[in-house]
Amino acid sequence: MPVVMDAERISRALTRIAHEILEHNRGLANLALVGVRSRGVPIAQRLAADILQITKEQIEVGALDITLYRDDLMGASVGVAPLVRKTEIPFSIDGRTIVLVDDVLYTGRTTRAALDALTDFGRPKSIQLVVLVDRGHRELPIKADYVGKNVPTSRTESVQVHLRELDGVDEVLLQGKE
Amino acid sequence: MDAASASLTALKHKHLLGIADLSPEEIVLILDTAEAMKEVGRRTIKKVPTLRGRTVINLFFEPSTRTRTSFEIAEKRLSADTLNVAIASSSVVKGETLVDTAMNLEAMAPSMIVLRHASSGAGHLLSRICKASIVNAGDGMHEHPTQALLDAFTIRERKHRLAGLKIAIVGDLLHSRVLRSNVLLLTKLGADVWVCAPATLIPPGLEQMGVTVTTRVDEAVEGADVIMMLRIQLERMQGAYFPSQREYFRTFGMTEARVARARPDVIIMHPGPINRGVEIASEVADGASSVILDQVANGVAVRMAVLYLLAGGGDGETARAD
Repeated sequence: MPVVMDAERISRALTRIAHEILEHNRGLANLALVGVRSRGVPIAQRLAADILQITKEQIEVGALDITLYRDDLMGASVGVAPLVRKTEIPFSIDGRTIVLVDDVLYTGRTTRAALDALTDFGRPKSIQLVVLVDRGHRELPIKADYVGKNVPTSRTESVQVHLRELDGVDEVLLQGKE
Repeated sequence: MDAASASLTALKHKHLLGIADLSPEEIVLILDTAEAMKEVGRRTIKKVPTLRGRTVINLFFEPSTRTRTSFEIAEKRLSADTLNVAIASSSVVKGETLVDTAMNLEAMAPSMIVLRHASSGAGHLLSRICKASIVNAGDGMHEHPTQALLDAFTIRERKHRLAGLKIAIVGDLLHSRVLRSNVLLLTKLGADVWVCAPATLIPPGLEQMGVTVTTRVDEAVEGADVIMMLRIQLERMQGAYFPSQREYFRTFGMTEARVARARPDVIIMHPGPINRGVEIASEVADGASSVILDQVANGVAVRMAVLYLLAGGGDGETARAD
């Protein structure tokens, strides 16, 4: 199974994105990170650690579960209800710049759901998007502001992000579907 | 996928008719999901679009304020379209049978029917003839599963576990569907359950459900982590089960003196509506150990979890690949 990114590559990409976020926003005044569960959350925490190292300032990090906002739950589908986890955003997002963090950008539907979920918590000044991997094939008009790596894929392939915090190892794999 | 997906992520049932049908893993799944739902209730905008476009009918053949309101709020917070059919205003008073009523409602294609009925097994009957998911909101003296789930949720929230806790259930054991559902649930999750009532209000065969039965309330509450009171159903007390309400209170009523026998961090529960001065003293119901109003608040989150899990979802790719 081809490894698209290894641990070092992921770490360097996140450090670069941390710098880009600071450059783009001219510092971290009024900035907060929100990770999309599950893998967006550890990525957001790592970005916060990188930002702390660069600026010696702490940035707030929230966790967003988008399950209740998914568009494939509506209608008369029968099947398994995905596991709902807790959303934890222990700060006000009103008037702030929120940097949304996710692992993979694909159809854009998760991001659409995340935007809906986020705006139920308040009215941010703006929302920016970080993804570790952009694999293309968008179905909605959504674009990431910060990308770890663009990975050209076919629709039959799947991109798997493994992170130390959840999977014990840092790697991004590209898997052909059998 | 991620580590959490190794545990159970779905119910194996289309209906929620009773705790008897649920495995311990399914119960834990409902309680975990309810925790996420509780967070929705703490937001400024207490609404998520999850059940948009689905219709839920609350079909209540018995009076109920708490349970019906709780289900209705849960349905609205999930964006379902809800409507309430109450017995007094329905065609049942014109002689229609339960099955005919249900088949007529079914013709309007609801996704779910929440049913409260005075006859045990009413939910089972509807589950055999309806395409909609049936949620039992209390059937006769049989079960009241969402009450037991919200009780378990409340206990877990305070005690962070259920296994090994001493839980004393005191009150009208004979007529109580809340008791049956609670005993089934708490024993499935490993709690040490004691039940206590006058001998006239103890149903036969209760010992076989894995609980300790006693008529001495002091023994039941001794060292208890949880005291759960059941309502004396005054409307069902025509059979002279005890001499007077005052005597019942003196012998079985939960007073501060009795609560003092339990653990210092005991919590006092009651499914409501409470009869002050019959099964519970006002000082206890309103005291610092009482979680009676927490139970009501948690009821909404638990019912949201049940509705969500029964509604199911597609196996779309968003959670997996994107």
